[in-house]
Amino acid sequence: MPIFDLSHPADLTAALFPDLLLMGGAMVLLLWAVWRRESAAHQRTIGLASIWLCVATLGAVLYMLFHQGHVTDGPIAADSFRFMVDVIVLLGTIAALALGIDDNDRMGTTTAETHVLMLLASSGMMLMAAARDLMIVFLGIELMSVSIYALAGLNRRSVRGAEGALKYFLLGAFSTAILLYGIALVYGATGTTGLYEIHQRVVELQLGSSPLLLIGMALLLVGFGFKVSSVPFHMWAPDVYDGSPNPVTAYMAATVKTAAFAAFLRVWLEAFNAEIGTWHRAVAMLAIATMVVGNTIGLLQRNVKRMLAYSSIAHAGFLLVAVAAGSMQGASAMLFYLLAYTLATFGAFAVIVVLSRGDAPVTTEDLSGLWTERPWLAVAMAVYMLALLGFPVFGGIGFFAKWYVLKAALQAEEPQIALAVTLVLTTVVSAGYYLYVIMVMFMRPRPANSEAVTPTPGWTRFVMVATAAAILILGIFPDQTVRYVVRGTPRLGAYVPPVKTAPARQAALTH
Amino acid sequence: MREFLLSVGYDRWILPVLLALPLIGAAAVLVSGRGASGGDEVATGAAARPRSLATWCFGLEFLLSVGLWWAFDPGTSGWQQRFDVAWIPSWGARFTLGLDGISLMMVLLTTFMMFLASLGSWTSVRQKTAAYYALLLVLTAGMLGVFMALDLFLFYVMWEVMLVPMYFIVGIWGGQRRIYASLKFFIYTMIGSLLMLVGIIYLGLAARDPLAAGVPNFSYDAILSTVHLEPTVAAWLFGAFFLAFAVKVPMFPFHTWLPDAHVEAPTAGSVVLAAIMLKLGTFGFLRLAVPLFPTAAMSPGIRGAILTLAVIGIVYGALVSLVQPDFKKLVAYSSVSHLGFVMLGIFALTVQSVQGALMVMINHGLSTGALFFLIGMIYERRHTRMIAAYGGIAKVVPMFSAILVFVSLSSIGVPGTNGFVGEFLVLLGSYRTYPILAVISATSVIIAAAYLLWAVQRILFNPLDKPENEHVPDLNRRELALLAPILACIVWLGVYPAPVLRRMQPAAEQFVRLVETRLAPPATLSARGR
Repeated sequence: MPIFDLSHPADLTAALFPDLLLMGGAMVLLLWAVWRRESAAHQRTIGLASIWLCVATLGAVLYMLFHQGHVTDGPIAADSFRFMVDVIVLLGTIAALALGIDDNDRMGTTTAETHVLMLLASSGMMLMAAARDLMIVFLGIELMSVSIYALAGLNRRSVRGAEGALKYFLLGAFSTAILLYGIALVYGATGTTGLYEIHQRVVELQLGSSPLLLIGMALLLVGFGFKVSSVPFHMWAPDVYDGSPNPVTAYMAATVKTAAFAAFLRVWLEAFNAEIGTWHRAVAMLAIATMVVGNTIGLLQRNVKRMLAYSSIAHAGFLLVAVAAGSMQGASAMLFYLLAYTLATFGAFAVIVVLSRGDAPVTTEDLSGLWTERPWLAVAMAVYMLALLGFPVFGGIGFFAKWYVLKAALQAEEPQIALAVTLVLTTVVSAGYYLYVIMVMFMRPRPANSEAVTPTPGWTRFVMVATAAAILILGIFPDQTVRYVVRGTPRLGAYVPPVKTAPARQAALTH
Repeated sequence: MREFLLSVGYDRWILPVLLALPLIGAAAVLVSGRGASGGDEVATGAAARPRSLATWCFGLEFLLSVGLWWAFDPGTSGWQQRFDVAWIPSWGARFTLGLDGISLMMVLLTTFMMFLASLGSWTSVRQKTAAYYALLLVLTAGMLGVFMALDLFLFYVMWEVMLVPMYFIVGIWGGQRRIYASLKFFIYTMIGSLLMLVGIIYLGLAARDPLAAGVPNFSYDAILSTVHLEPTVAAWLFGAFFLAFAVKVPMFPFHTWLPDAHVEAPTAGSVVLAAIMLKLGTFGFLRLAVPLFPTAAMSPGIRGAILTLAVIGIVYGALVSLVQPDFKKLVAYSSVSHLGFVMLGIFALTVQSVQGALMVMINHGLSTGALFFLIGMIYERRHTRMIAAYGGIAKVVPMFSAILVFVSLSSIGVPGTNGFVGEFLVLLGSYRTYPILAVISATSVIIAAAYLLWAVQRILFNPLDKPENEHVPDLNRRELALLAPILACIVWLGVYPAPVLRRMQPAAEQFVRLVETRLAPPATLSARGR
């Protein structure tokens, strides 16, 4: 049981070891990437090296997760929540890199730096998961966002890609500015950027009704609202998702959302815990609006990527329900949901990678009768769709994710019946588009003039098999994972080094 | 027999084995169908292996389940053949299975009809046979799971599990409007069941042990004995469960998915829908909705509304059947009428009416199942379901005609067939509590005679005036072998239903007693609800 004293640089470094490993590794890989001339083989090599780097980081994260030390108060956390988020982020990154290798091949992209950009973005996300200080949150968001701006515009020859990238950059910069302004106002009101100190001062100085703090919170909510693409701050998402290369879209839809929600939840639960009465209604309204709008507009989409974009907006709504619960159960449910959502999203995008041809969008037409031509591809896609729908057994873990969020909502101090019912009813609406995909794949004939589907490349197949297997197995035996996410809640309050009382404290906080 | 079964531990392993066998079978069937090239697999012979493997699997399943008939002790009302293991301890979900008299009969009906359904698909399903039989097997596991589950979480999972295979069976192997019908079926069922999920979570949290640190408890018995709800909460929760089950039954205003799904489904799909899946709705009322929320379900307003809807369903279903030009649709609407009887029997709440409702559930499964089989057989020969397209085929297909007449009589409820026993008991039982409703419902028996006999007359006995009807082949041996057991059951239950009634009696009595005792002292109940 190591004890990290965060005021010592050495201990701070040790507590940040996985993040630093990824960042440092990314730098080395960047040098390696530009060392050689661009070629398909070099791109694959760098991609493979990036995956190994992520695996190594994952190992470090798991080590930290199992051998958690005690940490003094400081700008970063070393709790299970952070490491669980890291695990989900790294799994997502590995999937995105694997898909990226194949998609680069398919598109004829030979720039090896794409993989490195993804690694840098992921290290930003890990920083967001660790942050206990608004400045670190901001640092993480910037590190992530800047890399993703570049990734979104990767497809230089595509008009839609350029449009999406520019939109993402402008709106991203705009939302970051709002977030920063919110941080400044909160700092102005409380005189600190540390999350726990903010909480302390709000309580001690009774700042609950301070307009400066309230405006600051509102701006922070808007800023995070943009990052997690909640309605009404979602306008950028469909265009950006549609224009970006497939693996990047999956990465944005799942992994970026994971990190943004992690930071969102920690800030809200830790800094503004006492103000739950103030923000709860706002977050609940956001959740309802996001669920309703995301799912309803999703019904109208025929372009599969745009459909998944709206689906990802809808899922942001479901996740906001977990945030609105404002409890430790909400945090556990959110982690579990993010894991399920990440698996299903990467699986679905792996199928899109296989079906994509050139720059043309994949429409539901392209899926018609897929079952007759590539049965296992269709079955895998059906599993992902049912997982996103939240259907038991066939959708595996997806059902437990929804169920966990529902449970958290109903178990909150004040049971969130309205949120639970909205979640359920909008889920039925979402069946409209998820089932539509299944319907065209299985019940429509294959059009006579359609080209044969290209064989599935190796890495893509790896992603598909791994995600589908994880979804189905965890859909029957979720208990082990649940135990981790139950423990994986953010540790609130002042961090006390003593050893003996710690487990009891943690248990008391969890329930 | 019972001693032998107990000596091999039958009681302990039978329920999980009945669930596992179809799933293993489904995997085996999928493997056996590898390499099929598509197209008409019956003609190319590629269907031979999957379909015979599946039928063996269903046969074995049925044989195993028949032992329950003897192993079940009719003298007690508790759960039998109980099987209980931890599933997801962190959420308090357990894998608990068990039977009472009601679910025993439903399990037997399921394994029996599924075996016949797989035989009945022998030549009517020609494409993608391996996937078809695998889905049929998974569907069986889901339905059996619903009947056996004693844990509400497990119940919900099983309830949803059976939805997907049926969706695919209707949507892939169905008729012209199959896509519309399957989507409608899916969405209707899902709206109801997801609200039920919210209700289940609420109950699970309400039943949690305060010492167990927030882990919910979904055990049926625990919820039944520990949860006492305030009247308004109970009413809302009952509403959530009611919607899930009323869609499935289907009760009158929620029935519109049924004609579409029944008509578009392939023969075996219609048989399964009618014979078993509709019973899941009424089973849900018997097992969950009414015993868990007796104060809400039996409050005068709600009870009156449900009884009225049931009677409307009985009469409306019969009247609509009268004007159907499509024989399959006619039978589909007659299901609305028959299931109305079940609802009437349950909510009239006398031991007799509940027993009658249970009998109707079994009888409707047999008779309507047989009718759908017959429609499927004649459809395979003539490719039309329109009554007007036939006429006078009694001379051409004598065996078919004899069986059709016989099954129709049983569906009408002629004394001496099974149909009589059930509806008579329901009417008798409900007459004691609701005489007017019973009288109105009785008229539908007459209408039933009208629509079925009229349809039979137009199909079989009118002049043979269409040349394409002159050379229709009669039933073959497989089809006769498939129908014979159903006919035997129809006669057996019509003449000597006592063994079945005896096994269901304790459960029916238990149901009525449970609801009445929980209803009886409203003052103490609400006091405890605080």
